Amino acid sequence: MKHLLSAGDLDLDQAITILDTAAELAALTDRSVKKLPTLRGRTVVNLFFEDSTRTRISFEVAAKRLSADVINFAAKGSSVSKGESLKDTALTLEAMGADAVVIRHNLSGAPHRLASTGWIGGSVINAGDGTHEHPTQALLDAFTMRKHLRDGKGDLDGVRVGIVGDVLHSRVARSNVLLLRTLGAHVTLVAPPTLLPLGVETWPCDVSYDIDSVLPRLDAIMMLRVQGERMHDAYFPSALEYSRLYGLDSARMSRLPDHAVILHPGPMNRGMEISADVADSPRALMVEQVANGVSVRMAVLYLLLGGMKEND
Amino acid sequence: MTIVLREARPYGESPVDLVIADGLIVDIAPVGSASGDVIDCEGLVALPGFVDLHTHLREPGREDAETVESGSRAAALGGYTCVHAMANTSPVADTAGVVEQVWRLGERTGLVDVRPVGAVTVGLAGERMAEIGAMANSAAQVRVFSDDGKCVHDAALMRRALEYVKAFDGVVAQHAQEPRLTENAQMNEGVLSGQLGLTGWPAVAEEAIIARDVLLAQHVNSRLHVCHVSTAGSVEVIRWAKGRGVNVTAEVCPHHLILTEDLVSTYDPIYKVNPPLRTAADIDALRAALADGTIDAIATDHAPHPHEDKDCEWGAAAFGMLGLETAFSIAVKTMIEPGLLDWRGLADRMSVAPARIGRVREQGHDLTVGSIANIALVDPAATRIISSDQLASKSRNTPYASMELPGAVVHVLYGGNVTVRDGALV
Repeated sequence: MKHLLSAGDLDLDQAITILDTAAELAALTDRSVKKLPTLRGRTVVNLFFEDSTRTRISFEVAAKRLSADVINFAAKGSSVSKGESLKDTALTLEAMGADAVVIRHNLSGAPHRLASTGWIGGSVINAGDGTHEHPTQALLDAFTMRKHLRDGKGDLDGVRVGIVGDVLHSRVARSNVLLLRTLGAHVTLVAPPTLLPLGVETWPCDVSYDIDSVLPRLDAIMMLRVQGERMHDAYFPSALEYSRLYGLDSARMSRLPDHAVILHPGPMNRGMEISADVADSPRALMVEQVANGVSVRMAVLYLLLGGMKEND
Repeated sequence: MTIVLREARPYGESPVDLVIADGLIVDIAPVGSASGDVIDCEGLVALPGFVDLHTHLREPGREDAETVESGSRAAALGGYTCVHAMANTSPVADTAGVVEQVWRLGERTGLVDVRPVGAVTVGLAGERMAEIGAMANSAAQVRVFSDDGKCVHDAALMRRALEYVKAFDGVVAQHAQEPRLTENAQMNEGVLSGQLGLTGWPAVAEEAIIARDVLLAQHVNSRLHVCHVSTAGSVEVIRWAKGRGVNVTAEVCPHHLILTEDLVSTYDPIYKVNPPLRTAADIDALRAALADGTIDAIATDHAPHPHEDKDCEWGAAAFGMLGLETAFSIAVKTMIEPGLLDWRGLADRMSVAPARIGRVREQGHDLTVGSIANIALVDPAATRIISSDQLASKSRNTPYASMELPGAVVHVLYGGNVTVRDGALV
């Protein structure tokens, strides 16, 4: 595999290889000296057309722990904001010898274009494109769930996952549905009908408009960020009503099975989709998700850049 | 000078010699009986020169993408003898001055009739009616009015425009797109748009405007033309309206007869077009509607764009594809080969009907003695592989590059003069 563009590109073996590799790398870097020499001399470019400090830092730390050279190329303060096209930016990076380009873009499909046009020769890793996909987020979510619900091993066969919120605009939800399905989990999407895409009934998951009927059956619940601006586009009448119907507060949390865990891709809207006391509860794994994000991204860079082969 | 089109087969029927003089068909004679400047047409089907109701020539304003001259060349090579130049230029064709300029550029090029389309509203802004009367009475004799690219979405304004053009026997050609339902729309709304994370352009946004407009046209007893019909639902609405006697006509684009939304999953903006590529079921309905006459005409929506506007991210790319040089081949592949239309039927949908809708008196004539000699001679047995580098258009945004398509335009006569001979401009 050369690129990681969609969580749907991964078959079961590949997905488990990434998760297992992430677990090994996590153990290795859980030492006082965190750096591995694996990608020494390789160049990883973080090409961010959209602000996302946490994802960029996660990839940056991942690449640096593997000893890669990291170039951060952000739209703001670079030629991109002066009207340089994706193509010219890509050609520039190619000339500089990028071995991998981690791309975050506000337009769906931009990583596909980068990978399919021949503008660059290196690997392309989708770090979130528009409302399409965010495969490494799905991998870190799966890694986190596997650790808590399956002792950090194998697949997620039979795990019941609820994904709640703005599915329509969520690349996290799309990638999670695809990857969790591959790993054998059973996904239920929960949202008001206005925040579900047309045709969602054909997706490999269940759909519900009622969070309360879904809660007691879940092993994991993932709350999606809901932007207040959606209210102005009439997707729902008010933040208060959204919170009342779909928010996770402590009363709802108490109806989850005792073993169930809570995830959120961040950044959270406390008081909107998740109440502060739920966000701060020990069942909420957001801080751990961030740490796991580094391990998973290390694994992806390691596997895509062929580091594994060279060191075998 | 007399031109003899030797062994031409009008509408695919028995071979004859078509004799052309003084711009007219002066005789239809037995093969070998006529003399003059002989053009060998053995095996070729003679059709009335095609008339396009929907062409973007980009001049004035975007001469980097196309000019009246380059677009005329592309049109002639595609078998056309008349094109309607859409109004969304810069400046917009919303005054007599601009439409006369475009018309004169067409006259000077002299390869096809260039009939300017006038804007319905000033600057295509959808707020105030443009000087429709001045454009109708100008040298360009505008009869088709359209804000194409934008929908005349204000119902009261649409009603007034439909009424107003009656004074000139004009027609309002509506780009049916409900604006609020299509904000930032990128592709057909359906299962695939949800998967690809591209904002959907729902069929209902087209169908709702068509439904409203046919009722308005009936109410004020005026003439409506629907641009680039793309959905099965739109076909049903138009069929219903025609059944009620509403004076409505409609066109379909070649790409909507052959390409489906599945191509969007490549994220290659060459497939980005407005209205968007739809589903296989829509294609079936559109072909059937074109066959039974519910849809009156094939119109290209030839939309040239410079390479950089397509060589980018899907969301950043321009809408539109080239059409003039491939429309005939697509018509052969989608309508003739499956037996949905015969050659007379194709002549109607590509020449007679569009000329009638656009009120172009000099075009769309039957191939009979006395008709103006606007003639396309086509080879139905030929096949060709489309190459974007070999098109006459200044732009390269054809969605058919490297596809093998049937049919070729071999010779074209415009007003009795040969514009294309052996597949090349004269």
